Amino acid sequence: MTSKLLEIKDLSVEYKTEEATVYAVNGLDISLDYGQALGLVGETGAGKTTSALSIMKLLPAGVGRVTSGSIFLDGVDVLGSSKKKIGEMRGNTVSMVFQDPMTSLNPVMTVGDQILEVLKIHKNLSKSELSKAVDDMMEMVGIPSYRKKEYPHQFSGGMKQRIVIAIALVCEPKLILADEPTTALDVTIQAQMLALIADLKKRLNTAMILITHDLGVVAQVCEKVAVMYAGEIVESGTAENIFSGRYRHPYTAGLFGAIPKLDEETRRLETIDGLMPDPTEKVEGCRFAMRCKYAEDDCINTAQTMVEAEPGHFIRCAKVG
Amino acid sequence: MNKTLETPPAKPKKSKTVRKLRRFFRVLFARKLVILCTVILVIMALAAVFASFVAPFNPYSQNLGNSLSPANSTNILGTDMLGRDVFSRIVYGTRVSFSVGIVSVAFSGLVGMVLGVVSGVAGGVVDSFIMRVMDAMLAIPLIILAMFLGAVFGQGLGNVMLAVGIAMIPSYARLTRGQVLTIREMDYVTAGTIFGASKLRNAVSHIVPNCIAPNIVLMTMNLGGAILAEANLSFLGLGINPPTASWGAMVSDGFMFLSMHPVIAIAPGIFILLIVLCFNIVGDAVRDALDPRLRGTF
Amino acid sequence: MKFFKNKLLQMILRRIIQSVIVLLFVTLLVFLVMQAVPGDPIINFLGEAATPEQIAYFTALFGFDQPVLVQYFRWITGLFQGEMGRSVTFQMQISDIIFERLGTTLLLVIPAFIISVVFGVAFGVIAALRRGKFLDSAVTFFANVGMAMPNFWMGILGIYIFALTLGVLPVQGFVSPTQDLGESIHRLIMPVIITASGPLAVFTRQTRSAMLEVVRQDYVRTAEAKGLDSRNIIIKHQLRNALIPIVTVMGVMLGAMIGTTVLIESIFVIPGIGSLMITAIRSSDYLVIQNGVLLLAVAVCVCNLAVDILYGVIDPRIRDAK
Repeated sequence: MTSKLLEIKDLSVEYKTEEATVYAVNGLDISLDYGQALGLVGETGAGKTTSALSIMKLLPAGVGRVTSGSIFLDGVDVLGSSKKKIGEMRGNTVSMVFQDPMTSLNPVMTVGDQILEVLKIHKNLSKSELSKAVDDMMEMVGIPSYRKKEYPHQFSGGMKQRIVIAIALVCEPKLILADEPTTALDVTIQAQMLALIADLKKRLNTAMILITHDLGVVAQVCEKVAVMYAGEIVESGTAENIFSGRYRHPYTAGLFGAIPKLDEETRRLETIDGLMPDPTEKVEGCRFAMRCKYAEDDCINTAQTMVEAEPGHFIRCAKVG
Repeated sequence: MNKTLETPPAKPKKSKTVRKLRRFFRVLFARKLVILCTVILVIMALAAVFASFVAPFNPYSQNLGNSLSPANSTNILGTDMLGRDVFSRIVYGTRVSFSVGIVSVAFSGLVGMVLGVVSGVAGGVVDSFIMRVMDAMLAIPLIILAMFLGAVFGQGLGNVMLAVGIAMIPSYARLTRGQVLTIREMDYVTAGTIFGASKLRNAVSHIVPNCIAPNIVLMTMNLGGAILAEANLSFLGLGINPPTASWGAMVSDGFMFLSMHPVIAIAPGIFILLIVLCFNIVGDAVRDALDPRLRGTF
Repeated sequence: MKFFKNKLLQMILRRIIQSVIVLLFVTLLVFLVMQAVPGDPIINFLGEAATPEQIAYFTALFGFDQPVLVQYFRWITGLFQGEMGRSVTFQMQISDIIFERLGTTLLLVIPAFIISVVFGVAFGVIAALRRGKFLDSAVTFFANVGMAMPNFWMGILGIYIFALTLGVLPVQGFVSPTQDLGESIHRLIMPVIITASGPLAVFTRQTRSAMLEVVRQDYVRTAEAKGLDSRNIIIKHQLRNALIPIVTVMGVMLGAMIGTTVLIESIFVIPGIGSLMITAIRSSDYLVIQNGVLLLAVAVCVCNLAVDILYGVIDPRIRDAK
């Protein structure tokens, strides 16, 4: 039995449709301690959400498939577990906050019932205890508990996301997967929501994987950072490692270049030229090579391995170290 | 094979309309069932056009000496009470079904679209009046409305087409009006109004083209329904005039002899079922191919 | 809670007013079109041999000599007093015939509606859950056939198989349930099932596509992420949301079923409102036709109203809509 909360090794996931096979995740390794927060950063289509869904075994049935690797969560072999065992873990050991609060709530069920539902499945409590737990949770995410009889359409986007967070946290899971929890919200609400997540994480001592394409968000909440590109992790380390900028993967450097700096006068933000490689094709060498200004022909033809640039800071690039 | 950093040359792109059409037909005929139904419909249409060659006998020539004969090698589906060949009458009945289906659907589609555009563009009292009349028509079940109109116009092929056609107008008018209202809200139409385009020009140049696709879909999907409506009316004796071969009327005529000669009543019904089924399946496929977003609407 | 109920009440009131306006247009439409109906009910009734005096007498008796507007006005005021005039053909008060006939038709429509909804939704859910499998294809195929099958032909096929060949059900006829309940049910089995078949097919298809639409929704994934078992996900999250589009179809199908009874009643010789309409049309009995059409329109409006209320109960968003 591992002492880690989450141990993902060599995970590969593909989506098979009638037209093509998409290689969404390719040999992913992630490990996370209890109570730790990891920021999973990357652009749309990098495989972040797919990785999170695999942890919950929620890949779209019949389309998404894990082709290799293993996932151990709290000592349980997720991929080898029965449907029943997974059902017991979902919402209880691990829960997920989805991207769009507008659509993640059932429109014909009161919000109170939607929070209550998770508790009822996993916790053996009396009626009054259940009701109290729902009230407490609502207050904790900043919604007055008298509103539990209301339906999702009576709440604003930010309020809905609070309810989604309440659903995710009410059973006090050991791990929360937050999939771009602030993207669909107004900028002013985003900050509130991040503060709320950070606060709740600390109070409940929950571990978290925060999926985002926003490095600023990561800096606020996470101790560890992993940068994903085209289905694999290209750089990982502590937040300090990544933000210090002593060593950087060219892609991460590109991401930082795309952040506006207030202290410098910049005409244009730097962009990364080109697009991600076609995910329906298997790539042999470095996936970023086509867009990398340092790339040489050799980068395209040989697979890159993670290089430890400084203690605990790994970078998948031939040019580092 | 070793790759280099150079980007491969872009593939030449085909023109947009060609690609759209190819996509339309690819999706339309993606399922074997749809191909089968199309083939059946084509065969039936050919039989309707060349009925005089396909039918072994004259569908109207009576032979009372040979009435109610069971199926045999000469009359493959037997003869009816007047000694007419059932199979030949079925072949000729295809004409009625196709013509009523196509004409009444085209009529209702056209009139409904005009009413819908007028209603949506004019707004105000005109809009309310047209839409209340449509609501009133929709409040009367289709068969009853067609029966009622049929009673007013009298029997006969043309009158049945008219009755069924009028009864189906409201759905097109409503659909078109809805489309017009949506399109009218869009920016480019507003811009047109600001720059002084008249309401009518606006309607013709922007709105009408956008209303056509959903109306075509609805028309294809209503073909089966129109054919069924004609069969219903003719079965009740309120449709096609007697000597003309109509499947609905044939079933009705055969009903009397059901215990002795079930084929006379049952055979034409199979053809009604077949043609309506095929039109419905092809209609669904056209909808999916033309605009999958319409799936929920109809 | 009181707040919601008021909203719902307001919605119902609004819909009732709308229905009344629609029905007013129905009376206008029906009346105007009726003026164009060929044939004269008096001549139909008296026969070709009637003398001009007789014709004039009866025409005046039924008020057909009055100006059109007066006739319309008399009809409408009569309706408010429960008066529909006398039927020329039946020589009876129309209100007496028509409501008795409506009762018979409802004996056919109500059980048929219940059967079609219950089985249609059940088959649709099964097909959606087995998407792409054999069972799905089979259900979808039968639903397509059910929608395309002419009711009258199905009735005749039913009579041939179950009555004439197997002899397990009676051929035709109707017995009032107050007279002999068992016999009444026995005679209604086939007509009810055939009336139900078309709408059953439509409900199956609608449920299937609504369920497949709902499966893709984020809130279903949320429910899965909660650790709910599939039975609860289907019933509490998928079906409840899928019911919303199904309810819309319910209104349409009730109207269609009322229309279908014309055919079913004529095949099975059931003295309902449908067969009354056919008799009236064949004998150009103006007043019966116009009151009959109006009554059917009222029935459709009532069904639509019921559906709207059901909507409000199922979908909380409707209750709050302006």
